[in-house]
Amino acid sequence: MKPLVFVAQLGWMYIGYALPLVVVISLVYAATRHEELPAIFRHAFGCATWIVALMVVVGLIMAVVSAWL
Amino acid sequence: MSGQTEGNAPETIPLKDPGLAALLGWLVPGLGHLYQGRTAKGTLFLVCILGTFVYGVYLGGDREVGWGRVVYMSFHPEDQRLHFLCQAGVGLPTLPAVIQAFRVRGGREPWWGSFMAPPRLPSDRSSNRPTLDELHKRLHHYFELGTLYTMIAGLLNILAIYDAWAGPVRDESADHPKPQSPSASAFDGPHQGSSIPGESDSSESTQQSKADQTPSA
Repeated sequence: MKPLVFVAQLGWMYIGYALPLVVVISLVYAATRHEELPAIFRHAFGCATWIVALMVVVGLIMAVVSAWL
Repeated sequence: MSGQTEGNAPETIPLKDPGLAALLGWLVPGLGHLYQGRTAKGTLFLVCILGTFVYGVYLGGDREVGWGRVVYMSFHPEDQRLHFLCQAGVGLPTLPAVIQAFRVRGGREPWWGSFMAPPRLPSDRSSNRPTLDELHKRLHHYFELGTLYTMIAGLLNILAIYDAWAGPVRDESADHPKPQSPSASAFDGPHQGSSIPGESDSSESTQQSKADQTPSA
């Protein structure tokens, strides 16, 4: 399977359903480490960035692996 | 409670009755924090966790089969709904599922248009309610999405409950590398006041760790 075909088959609508979860998980996780809202939002932004970056890296790895399947 | 105290002392968060706050936090997400007067975090938990749960309930149902079909309690050998163990972390919002499960188990029809009612077992011919297979066929991937959202909401509330019980987890990056008390442990359990390192980046290097503080309980 071509990598781009794999990405297309993921379906962008499914990715859209992940975004609210990324936001909520980041906010709640950050809120368990800080007490003040500005610090919570700063930590949540960093956390969300990490989650999205991890999802992109895993997606790319799976796309590359799928090229050999 | 807010802001930075003078000198190197970390701010102290008064944790009013941690046990009761944790119980309230389980019953309604964020309620424990609101009880403790931590309004901002309580509201944040309430909106984020309850919003995720409600959205999952919305995704996992429709007008025909009933809403909230992804949240149901069933431990029958034909349908072990272990997902409910995670969903129950949200607390009272899952109470209808418990009520519906007992009604169905007693051979009665569920209330509220099958809201959070367990699906009919394949071996049960006494009702025309949809089976789990029929729910999947009807709701497609929304059944899985709704299940995922509601499970994550329940699991996130466990973090919120812990926060109501013991205060914020200390930020390792803001700790001193050398603790002042060699006998201090990283976790000092629930207490009436939780101290955390300062929130401002400029003063992080001068903060004492939470482990250095003596519990005031």
